[in-house]
Amino acid sequence: MPTSSQDNRILVLGIGNILWADEGFGVRTVEEFHRRYDVPDNVTILDGGTQGLYLVNYLEEADRLIVFDAIDYGLAPGQLKLVRDDEVPRFTGAKKMSLHQTGFQEVISAADLLGRCPKHLVLIGCQPLDLEDWGGPLTAPVRGQIAPAIDLACQILAEWGGEVRPRREPLPASERLLGNDIDHLNYEMRPA
Amino acid sequence: MGIQTPNGFNLDNSGKRIVVDPVTRIEGHMRVEVNVDADNVIRNAVSTGTMWRGIEVILKNRDPRDAWAFTERICGVCTGTHALTSVRAVENALGITIPENANSIRNLMQLALQVHDHVVHFYHLHALDWVDVVSALSADPRATSTLAQSISSWPLSSPGYFKDLQTRLKKFVESGQLGPFKNGYWGSKAYKLPPEANLMAVAHYLEALDFQKEIVKIHTVFGGKNPHPNWLVGGVPCPINVDGTGAVGAINMERLNLISSIIDQLIQFNEQVYLPDVAAIGSFYKDWLYGGGLSGQSVLSYGDVPEHANDYSDKSLKLPRGAIINGNLSEVFPVDHANPNEIQEFVVHSWYKYPDETKGLHPWDGITEPNYVLGANAKGTKTAIEQLDEGGKYSWIKAPRWKGHAMEVGPLARWVVGYAQNKAEFKDPVDKFLKDLNLPTSALFSTLGRTAARALESVWAGRQMRYFQDKLIANIKAGDSSTANVDKWKPESWPKEAKGVGFTEAPRGALAHWIKIKDTKIDNYQCVVPTTWNGSPRDPKGNIGAFEASLLNTPMVNPEQPLEILRTIHSFDPCLACSTHVMSPDGQELAKIKVR
Repeated sequence: MPTSSQDNRILVLGIGNILWADEGFGVRTVEEFHRRYDVPDNVTILDGGTQGLYLVNYLEEADRLIVFDAIDYGLAPGQLKLVRDDEVPRFTGAKKMSLHQTGFQEVISAADLLGRCPKHLVLIGCQPLDLEDWGGPLTAPVRGQIAPAIDLACQILAEWGGEVRPRREPLPASERLLGNDIDHLNYEMRPA
Repeated sequence: MGIQTPNGFNLDNSGKRIVVDPVTRIEGHMRVEVNVDADNVIRNAVSTGTMWRGIEVILKNRDPRDAWAFTERICGVCTGTHALTSVRAVENALGITIPENANSIRNLMQLALQVHDHVVHFYHLHALDWVDVVSALSADPRATSTLAQSISSWPLSSPGYFKDLQTRLKKFVESGQLGPFKNGYWGSKAYKLPPEANLMAVAHYLEALDFQKEIVKIHTVFGGKNPHPNWLVGGVPCPINVDGTGAVGAINMERLNLISSIIDQLIQFNEQVYLPDVAAIGSFYKDWLYGGGLSGQSVLSYGDVPEHANDYSDKSLKLPRGAIINGNLSEVFPVDHANPNEIQEFVVHSWYKYPDETKGLHPWDGITEPNYVLGANAKGTKTAIEQLDEGGKYSWIKAPRWKGHAMEVGPLARWVVGYAQNKAEFKDPVDKFLKDLNLPTSALFSTLGRTAARALESVWAGRQMRYFQDKLIANIKAGDSSTANVDKWKPESWPKEAKGVGFTEAPRGALAHWIKIKDTKIDNYQCVVPTTWNGSPRDPKGNIGAFEASLLNTPMVNPEQPLEILRTIHSFDPCLACSTHVMSPDGQELAKIKVR
């Protein structure tokens, strides 16, 4: 297990578009992860939204990467899948398995080309039920996987020497990852 | 049989039909269909895209002060621009003014985004339409070094540097995976650069990836975080405390110095790498002056970058404002977003429903009701379209028009307006660029001209950042540290009903949000985005939009490899990220838009 935080910088990243129902899985999961846990200094939590290539520099600064995202592995809606290292598609091949793959895959690939791709990659994906409900909430099967996805991430982080601790004090609203009414709870309480 | 459109283009759909779907290396999804004649010259063009179904669905009854945070999520690339447009719309509706410092900081953030987007667009989405990556493998590093040093004083130009780079690239390509260089038509005769120019461009492709890391720090400092920086109705959210040393989020001298040094770097990158590269590439494509489309005819710029806070007059806006129609550059018309007869959106060829589709709707009265029906002559089914029927509805993009005219928006439109207004800061760099390549002014109205205008604008934006950074520091030193006006923050101070419009020049073109507020909540909210202007389908009179017009009369080397189509469409920096697509394991798109 690495002991120095110098070469053990960990990025926990959620990607997706919260405006398209289950597309928001990755962002909502990283939001909830951040709400629940205190992380050590070598761990960075990032809401990547749909930033695509703009995210490459965040990857460069990480030795290890965990990504939450909606994926299409042809599974039952709400099923989780964890993929590691070389199984995380770096190149756009015939199979496109993450919904942001054309974007995010290129990010990984670009970091690779720069010679600065994180050494270890973990993709924690969830099969969506509905991606077409513009402005709609996460569907029940996908929402139900936020907590298990976070548990998986915590296990990986423990393996990596980035142990997290539940927050002692609840996170104040002003410090949430997403604010201004687009946090998960307020976003889904759609005003009549 | 050919027909002539009211805006002067000849369309003939009798030849072979070619479908490009999806158009790669853009944000989001679009499809282009063209007909070519016996000589493989494009004689008809149909562009279709997916777009959101109206942000009003999501924003209705929300707090107007939060609208920016929602609009920031519409698109991963235009985040800050949408947020800025949104806070301006709310301020316009409620009569809220912002302090001078807030204006300078907003300009710095907007200009930083402009440079960031232009650089990333050119190197990572567009350069590969001109640069053959595989050819770079056969370049002579020494000759590449000589070439690089002949066009610029940029220090990364030694033979050893290019040799190392080439080795890295070779290894990458030999791994059997082209990664970001996939989907290229490598080896096509439509590529005209010698191997050395290709290698130099690939080197700068990688340097640009690195370079963006610095630019985003500007958003982190002023917006508190990045991606998704914070914005504020009434100003900017960052307080200024010049003497502070550790105050979280406050702007102190240390941070201002950091921004100054980043501005220096981006000015250097623009002037020593980006612009020389575009000029060098352009010198090999001087005989490829297709793609002008509407740019020499009808262009629109809303203007942006106000010199003075709260002054959105033509005089105050440093990016020019105005409309040119019918190719008459001697007359630049004023633009009024609030006039119901100027900007209107039509849907006769779009998958939406209006009570009367012969008429357009001004965005304040805009509606977004989906109506997914194919034209009678479309081939295939609703879930697997083989060929669109442009005689019927064929796109999710609405057709905005200015006084009935289809308009091109974007860097070239802005620079044509500035040129027509005889403003030296726009006219002189254009004239110099063309003169250096020994090209006439008319060459500006082309795909190459669009790409050049973006590079010239990046240079311009870098210098403007220096100007506003100096202005900000001078104002702070004079004792003004105000960054927000909270006089009308409380909803109790608002009128019962209000409406407003906010506009910006996003990197890819004119962007505006129209808002109606009722009982302190959002009643209607409409965005008309740049790609809606450029990618619009036909209107009730049959006028074609900028993408379609730009493809006409372009000869293709090989219709099976539609490089020319990609090159011209990419030159607009299209962004259709506002929608989602599910890919199946074999890469086919599964989900079509569901009609709500």
